[in-house]
Amino acid sequence: MLQRLAAVVDRLWGPLLRLLSASLEQLGAHIMLLWNVVRWALRPPYRLSVLLEAMVFIGVESLPIVLLISLFVGAVFALQLSSALRTFQAEAFTGATVGLALTRELAPVFTSIVVAARAGAGMATELGSMRITEQIDALATMAVNPVQYLVVPRVIGGILMVPLLAMVFNCIGMVGAYIVAVGMQNVDRGIFMENARWLLDPNDITQGMIKAVIFGLALTLIACQQGYNASGGAKGVGVATTRAVVGSFVTILVLDYFLTDIWLTFFSKNIQN
Amino acid sequence: MPWKPEVNEDISQRSDEWHVRIRGINKTFGTHHVLRGIDLDIARGKINVIIGGSGQGKSVIMKHLMGLLKPDAGSIFVDGEDIVPLNDVGLNRVRKQFGMLFQYAALFDSLTVEENIVFALVEHGDPTTPERYADGRRRPPRRYSRSELHDIALEQLDKLALPRVLLRKFPAELSGGQRKRVGLARALVMKPRILLYDEPTTGLDPVSTKNVDDMIRSVSREHGVTSVIISHDMASTFRIGDRVSALYNGRIIESGPPDELRKSNHKWLREFIATSGAVHMDPVAEADLIDEPLVTAGAPP
Ligand SMILES: Nc1ncnc2c1ncn2[C@@H]1O[C@H](COP(=O)(O)OP(=O)(O)O)[C@@H](O)[C@H]1O
Ligand SMILES: [Mg+2]
Repeated sequence: MLQRLAAVVDRLWGPLLRLLSASLEQLGAHIMLLWNVVRWALRPPYRLSVLLEAMVFIGVESLPIVLLISLFVGAVFALQLSSALRTFQAEAFTGATVGLALTRELAPVFTSIVVAARAGAGMATELGSMRITEQIDALATMAVNPVQYLVVPRVIGGILMVPLLAMVFNCIGMVGAYIVAVGMQNVDRGIFMENARWLLDPNDITQGMIKAVIFGLALTLIACQQGYNASGGAKGVGVATTRAVVGSFVTILVLDYFLTDIWLTFFSKNIQN
Repeated sequence: MPWKPEVNEDISQRSDEWHVRIRGINKTFGTHHVLRGIDLDIARGKINVIIGGSGQGKSVIMKHLMGLLKPDAGSIFVDGEDIVPLNDVGLNRVRKQFGMLFQYAALFDSLTVEENIVFALVEHGDPTTPERYADGRRRPPRRYSRSELHDIALEQLDKLALPRVLLRKFPAELSGGQRKRVGLARALVMKPRILLYDEPTTGLDPVSTKNVDDMIRSVSREHGVTSVIISHDMASTFRIGDRVSALYNGRIIESGPPDELRKSNHKWLREFIATSGAVHMDPVAEADLIDEPLVTAGAPP
């Protein structure tokens, strides 16, 4: 019996170790890429038009879907909260609670997930197909550093555009919440606004924005890493894209927990007082 | 007799005869030992052809020449300078002397034909700008204006017999032959001193093949550039090659003028060349044949 258990542990141990070492290897590869991005971002030439293009792709082209999603996320939260809070006769706090949830959590997380699914997948596919058709090698042969030309603008674009989109998410989310709470759930308009203003402060917005910046960095870095190192033909590009999206989702949600923990421990003003 | 590189010769000096000298290159991918000690000399201003079966590592040799891959061991001297230990910055300096035409052209999908052709000029400016001012300060390369770039792209298209309407098209809209010629135009604008061609005629019809061959020859003659060509096509190899080197089992087994290769007693090479029917080998006595079996991927040497 014990022997059999030992055999099972033995058999599990190998794959487990392999999984662990593969994860560490991935982490190392991402850190290496980040280091290269920093190094090459500081070095001329600075290709502003390429950066602008990346910002348009990540930011402007994600805008419609962010608008749509934020409106409904705000609306559904207002709907749930107003009905839940009504049991305690506290529906006046709907605006405040939705606002808090939006700025701290929903806006950065949902925005990053939308951008990872849309722009992240797009970037992984684009870089992946550039890799397998040797376009990345071609860049290098023309004495242009591929990390500087391809990865740097995308990562900077992510760092700049995800917080901006998250800001838009906040505003439109509040509009959605207002429409539902005030327009449909008969929460008093003045109280909705007053409580929202009272509870929300710059600290919450900073928290959300810092998260958005970090998520923007993580998701573009993951997408570029996967695409840049794709191999194995068209199938390899598909694998890279899937990994980029799944990897970004997991990373965003895990990072979110730890960032929140760190924030609440070190930077939060206690809202009860 | 099997070809042997010159030994005891100082290859770290610039030589008028040899442009690139490769010694002892080894490369392993995982457990797959692809290059097993490549010794190869590239003749300056000549058309050098490398032949060998699929998957033998011809493209891998090219990528080493450009510094895209680092060998596990060995050295690559370009004009007497070993490029193996160079970092990104050093490699970029060397790469500006190289032009490469990839097997499938590797044009940038997201750019138009015009933007593809002038890409390197936009990035690096005028390659003919003197490196320093009269007082010795470093001089940044002159930037081209939009209309200059347009004129250069047009000139390149005309030179390679491509219709001017292609300028505004994207690579996906071109035929295979057109793509290769655009790829060549893109490599030529920087006025390279060495041009690498990875299977320039594979997948082209006979007429396009002849056109590409003529193009390679005229580029080589006109600009005096050193050409290195990877080829499967024996007819064109023997038509345009000044030197031919054969890659087999991760080594260069023969290297010399085409007429010399015709005399080879290497069994595999004789079959490889003769099978196409385009080139006839000189007869060799059966007893002198060298029969070296092909090592399959992953096996020890
Ligand atoms: N980046 C790489 N990673 C792993 N294996 C590679 C890589 N590049 C080439 N190879 C392997 O090296 C061998 C030679 O490839 P290649 O030089 O492309 O052959 P060819 O002579 O047809 O051009 C092939 O078996 C290929 O699988
Ligand atoms: Mg090849």
